[in-house]
Amino acid sequence: MDVSYDLLLNAILSGLLLGGFYAAVSIGVAISFGMLDIVNIAHPAFILLGSYAAFIGNSYFGLDPILAAVIALPFFYLLGMAVYQVYYVAFERRDDQSLRGLSFFFGLMFITEVGLVLIFGVDYRLVQARYIGESLRLGPIELPFRLLVPFIVSMVTVVGLQLFLAKTFLGRAIQAVAQDQLALRLMAANPVRIKRIAFGLSIATAALGGAILIIIQPVEPSIGREYIGRVFAICVLGGLGSFSGMVIAAVTLGIVETLTSTLFGPSWAPAVSFGVLLITLAVRPSGILGR
Amino acid sequence: MSPLLHIEKVGKRFGGFVALEGIDLEVKQGERLGLIGPNGSGKSTLVNCICGTLRNETGSVSFDGHKLDGLAAHERTRRGLARSFQLPRPFGSLSLVENVRIPILYTVNARKKGHVPHAGIDARCRDLLGEVGLLAKADRLPKDLTQIEMRKLELARAMAAEPRLLIADEVMAGLSHAEVDEIIALLIRMNGHGVTVIMIEHIMRAVMEVSQRLAVLVAGRKIADGDPKEVVRNPEVVRAYLGE
Amino acid sequence: MASSVASSAKFVLALAVVACAIFFAGRAIGNSYAFFLGYVVVQYIVLGTAWNILGGYTGYVNFGVTAFFAIGAYSTVALYKLMPALPLPLMVLVGGAAAALVGLGTGYLTLRLRGVFFSIATLALAVVVQTLITNWDFVGGARGAYVLRPKMAPLMGGEYVQYLFVIMLVLCVIVLATARAIERSSLGFGFAAIRDDEAAAEAAGVPTLKLKLIATTLSGGFMGMAGAPLPYYVTYLDPTSGFNLNYAVNAIAMPLIGGTSSWLGPVVGAVLVGGLQEVLRVTISSAANVLVAGVLMVVFVIAAPRGIVGLFQGKRK
Repeated sequence: MDVSYDLLLNAILSGLLLGGFYAAVSIGVAISFGMLDIVNIAHPAFILLGSYAAFIGNSYFGLDPILAAVIALPFFYLLGMAVYQVYYVAFERRDDQSLRGLSFFFGLMFITEVGLVLIFGVDYRLVQARYIGESLRLGPIELPFRLLVPFIVSMVTVVGLQLFLAKTFLGRAIQAVAQDQLALRLMAANPVRIKRIAFGLSIATAALGGAILIIIQPVEPSIGREYIGRVFAICVLGGLGSFSGMVIAAVTLGIVETLTSTLFGPSWAPAVSFGVLLITLAVRPSGILGR
Repeated sequence: MSPLLHIEKVGKRFGGFVALEGIDLEVKQGERLGLIGPNGSGKSTLVNCICGTLRNETGSVSFDGHKLDGLAAHERTRRGLARSFQLPRPFGSLSLVENVRIPILYTVNARKKGHVPHAGIDARCRDLLGEVGLLAKADRLPKDLTQIEMRKLELARAMAAEPRLLIADEVMAGLSHAEVDEIIALLIRMNGHGVTVIMIEHIMRAVMEVSQRLAVLVAGRKIADGDPKEVVRNPEVVRAYLGE
Repeated sequence: MASSVASSAKFVLALAVVACAIFFAGRAIGNSYAFFLGYVVVQYIVLGTAWNILGGYTGYVNFGVTAFFAIGAYSTVALYKLMPALPLPLMVLVGGAAAALVGLGTGYLTLRLRGVFFSIATLALAVVVQTLITNWDFVGGARGAYVLRPKMAPLMGGEYVQYLFVIMLVLCVIVLATARAIERSSLGFGFAAIRDDEAAAEAAGVPTLKLKLIATTLSGGFMGMAGAPLPYYVTYLDPTSGFNLNYAVNAIAMPLIGGTSSWLGPVVGAVLVGGLQEVLRVTISSAANVLVAGVLMVVFVIAAPRGIVGLFQGKRK
């Protein structure tokens, strides 16, 4: 196989952009799993819901997919709060998160997927925007806007959330809920309310993540599953709850995946995340368990 | 005679926090040792390192002349170490009899190479429950128990493993005066059966009544070890408890 | 010990009688649709019980049901291409062994960590095994593979689907007998201790890692066995159908709906949900029948955490 230097360089760069996008997909799980200890395996299904929201806004109302996502944000936030409320009442309060709580999210994932199939069918859907299909050219480097725009949106989201968590009272309360519920009570904040807000935020990010997903590639209801391995591999590899670690992990995975599909063919790319996940779990369990 | 439990220079960190540093401790066969210290002084961490729930990073733990380092918790239990948990951790879906049955099936049976006759197990479980006064609730689930009954179940389950060393981790916290007396009597009776006892406790009355020797941990270090009456008068211990 | 062996023998005998009765009732109806339907329901009993050995007894949630099921199915496809004369029961054993090994390997790598990491790893495992199979041309790759179903059943006569049904019934008897024997043995008590409190189980002397590996291996192996006859049942197998999420949802939903604490739960769940799905498929649409398992599962885990069997058991637990 002959792989030219330019091809490799472009693969690495588009891997970098892809990784940036992965960060937006993973940030919701970094919040729910990393900070709230809620293993929301249905998150990729919510991402797809976001993709279809962007699709509706784009194809029926002619909106830019990103704008459609921004409009959808509050609805996703409310949806997330509702899901958390059910989860809290049915599982967290009963201390039955593992078996039944996990199955609950698995059921949600399945219902969402089948629901999307029933409404939209199994055909691939895509969005129209002026920047899709064009590229930024810098010498031998070619950066498609299809990847560049999601990268920028993703980075804005990550930095925005990071600032929110670090600078605001509510953000600090969310970080506290991850570490010390007692301290939170001393701050006179109700942990359940804080967690509900945080989970709402995590689902709200799925609106943006979904919109940039459908900009990058056409979607059909079952592709959400491919993202489960990716999202959790990124969060585990990055160290739970740390945004900077998550971004580094996302970019690493993006580059490794792009190189894999350049060198071995795109059908092998989904296997990469599982490999990364297993190796992380097997080799550095202490890093993962260190909580 | 070599000590039953020999802890040498044991250290443990959590991230940057030093939980234990250079702990040396010996416990003789048949002894009742009290272990005290303020909250966060490392008592439970030490118990976890002895029992294999956590791994100590430095130093070593020997039991009956054999090094335990690297052995999983269940292997240490099989060698004769048993513990109760600070917060009772019963098997919630199993009845009391079945709770006590687990260590018999997995510890006593393994020690005797599978030669525990199945027919006698149920009677043995009920004896153990009877000894701690839980016979009447033998077929109930742990959620039907009161706080003190939970503690008693913890002790019965630990004793079911037929240990040589029992580590009782704050089994009396939150109990009434009369209940504390009950548990004290229970521990002394178990010791009378030849079981060495390490008792971790905040209730000083109980500590003084049970302990033949007293060790004090403060901020992950052992600051005193000796006759209980002398240890509690030790100025360093007094300072650690009462503040500067 | 002797009495438990005798009790197990009686149980197997009773199951065998029931299985024979079902089979001959099917023959008396003389309708191959009955066998096709029966096969699916019994397959789900096997799959649900296999999942429950790990999920229900030890509390470790395996979402990668399709991975194990498809490993069984694709090992049959591979064997069919290599030596088509091999009797199906042997193919079932090979498929089971392959899936059991994958179960052991996945468990070994992830079971020392918190339970959720195992669950996450199994989710990813399903995607990866699908990727591998899609790229494996020998078993058809993405295009899929055809398996020629013989017209007649060997040994017993009648249509081949009857033979498939009998194999699945035998598997079902084996799996149920195993599940029940586990429940009543030290192993079952050890599993329950792990499910309730793993640290306390270790402290009581339970070798938790070893027991969890036994559970993942058994569970994975039985799932592989359940999938092994599939190529002969569908005659055309491609990754999209072999890795259909329905298998995973049904295998998890049925025990949760029926009740996870005893062998009876998955049976009740499979018969009920499987039957309901068939009725919906015939009367309303095939889309509605897929949804029903997912919706029922969510409703049950929220409203009736002990399942149908639990509702009838009264207040003990």
